[in-house]
Amino acid sequence: MTGHAKPVSRYTAVARINHWITAVSLILLALSGMALFHPSLYFLTYLFGGGQITRAVHPWIGVVLGVSFLGLFIRFFTLNFWNRDDTIWMKNLGSVINNKEEGLPELGKYNAGQKLVFWGQSILILLLLGSGFVLWDTYFASYTTIDQKRLSAVVHALCAIGAILIWIVHVYAAIWVKGTLSAMTRGSVSGGWAWKHHRKWFRQEVGKP
Amino acid sequence: MSVLQALDLRRRSASSVPPPAAGKPAAVAVAKLIDVSKCIGCKACQTACLEWNQLDQPIGYTDGTYNNPTDLTPASWTVMRFTEYEHDDDLEWLIRKDGCMHCDDPGCLKACPAPGAIVQYTNGIVDFISDNCIGCGYCVKGCPFNIPRISQTTSKAYKCTLCSDRVVVGQAPACAKACPTQAIYFGTKEEMIAHAGKRIVDLKSRGYQNAGLYNPDGVGGTHVMYVLQHRDKPSLYAGLPDNPHISPLVGIWKGVMKPLSLAAIAFAGAFGFLHYVTKGPNTVTEHDEEKAAELSGTDRAGSDRA
Repeated sequence: MTGHAKPVSRYTAVARINHWITAVSLILLALSGMALFHPSLYFLTYLFGGGQITRAVHPWIGVVLGVSFLGLFIRFFTLNFWNRDDTIWMKNLGSVINNKEEGLPELGKYNAGQKLVFWGQSILILLLLGSGFVLWDTYFASYTTIDQKRLSAVVHALCAIGAILIWIVHVYAAIWVKGTLSAMTRGSVSGGWAWKHHRKWFRQEVGKP
Repeated sequence: MSVLQALDLRRRSASSVPPPAAGKPAAVAVAKLIDVSKCIGCKACQTACLEWNQLDQPIGYTDGTYNNPTDLTPASWTVMRFTEYEHDDDLEWLIRKDGCMHCDDPGCLKACPAPGAIVQYTNGIVDFISDNCIGCGYCVKGCPFNIPRISQTTSKAYKCTLCSDRVVVGQAPACAKACPTQAIYFGTKEEMIAHAGKRIVDLKSRGYQNAGLYNPDGVGGTHVMYVLQHRDKPSLYAGLPDNPHISPLVGIWKGVMKPLSLAAIAFAGAFGFLHYVTKGPNTVTEHDEEKAAELSGTDRAGSDRA
């Protein structure tokens, strides 16, 4: 019987902690934000101790997310530049969705879908932070006009829904593509996973291009 | 500010259930009529408002004009706004009592995310129920007149209640009671419109050809109305909106966006679920592991060492 390849290290402990701080704050922001967005979801304020506390704590969690996501951005942005293989991958998105990756170009650490998640969240979180400060009346009410606050409310809600949709794609991809989750829980993936999904990266890791 | 009165509700913020008064015969709409042409700027109404509502407006600063305080605050629910209007060889001192207009279609209530923090009684009064207020400031964004103010102390929104606690027992608002020139009237909306009509005839006979009633349609009419000498130019009166309406941005934010957003999220979840049950998971095969082992060498050596 042939032996298995060694697990391949994918994320350091610091990167994993950075990721999970971002993940927890994003979920808390989505829950508290949805509570104040739709009356039918107002009951979610009870998770945070009531409406007043939800309103007060939401922007502070946003600050945590902003700092935490900046860490992820600095860590990963160079790995997320678009290349020609990504365009080919996107053109074959149908095959990917049908679990038929054979014949697609060998990929580096991230595929086009992951890169789109990365850039999508980067842009949306930047917009959410910007509009969020405009809406943070406790400290910043006097810096903007009411019309700017109205626009920010719409931008903030739109971007938040966008970010939640991307988050759903991100989480579902981890459920769908088996063997992915260990990258963020233990920091490593199996050799087979690396060979199948990110072969170019795998070759670099094992030093055999 | 006011506690929930024994008045019937017509609307209730962030509530999809019909308010208790739905289905009952409509109550008589009330209104306050402010005759700007009769106001002498004495501020008795401001004082009466502070007194009746037990408000404590901290001593601030003067900016050299009669505007004092210079703006509405969480404790000053009404302020006189003084404008010197110069035209031809004439100077007119326009003094407008600013405060909540009690819109028939209230933008604050539409924007409010906290159930029951803003209510509209069947008589038309729009009231903030502090117990339910979370201090988010959405009412400020919803209001076409820039009226609500958030207290830094209590983190709650405040504005004129039209003395809902007086009206419910058949009393006129404190400001109307205190006004020495009867520039502030209070009664049914119908009566107030009729009375305004007489005042406008009088003003026109005195040369104010454009005198008229300010009861703007853009917000469904208001339960605080003005008699203006220059109805053609409301903005003369310290920026009174010419054509107030709830901002279309607030309409989108509080209208189509809410159901569409939830639908998009539900669709994304459903798509993921259906994909999983139809296409199944993407798994790493034994073949992949063998190929990986060929490239990197097996784990056996490592395991042996351990």
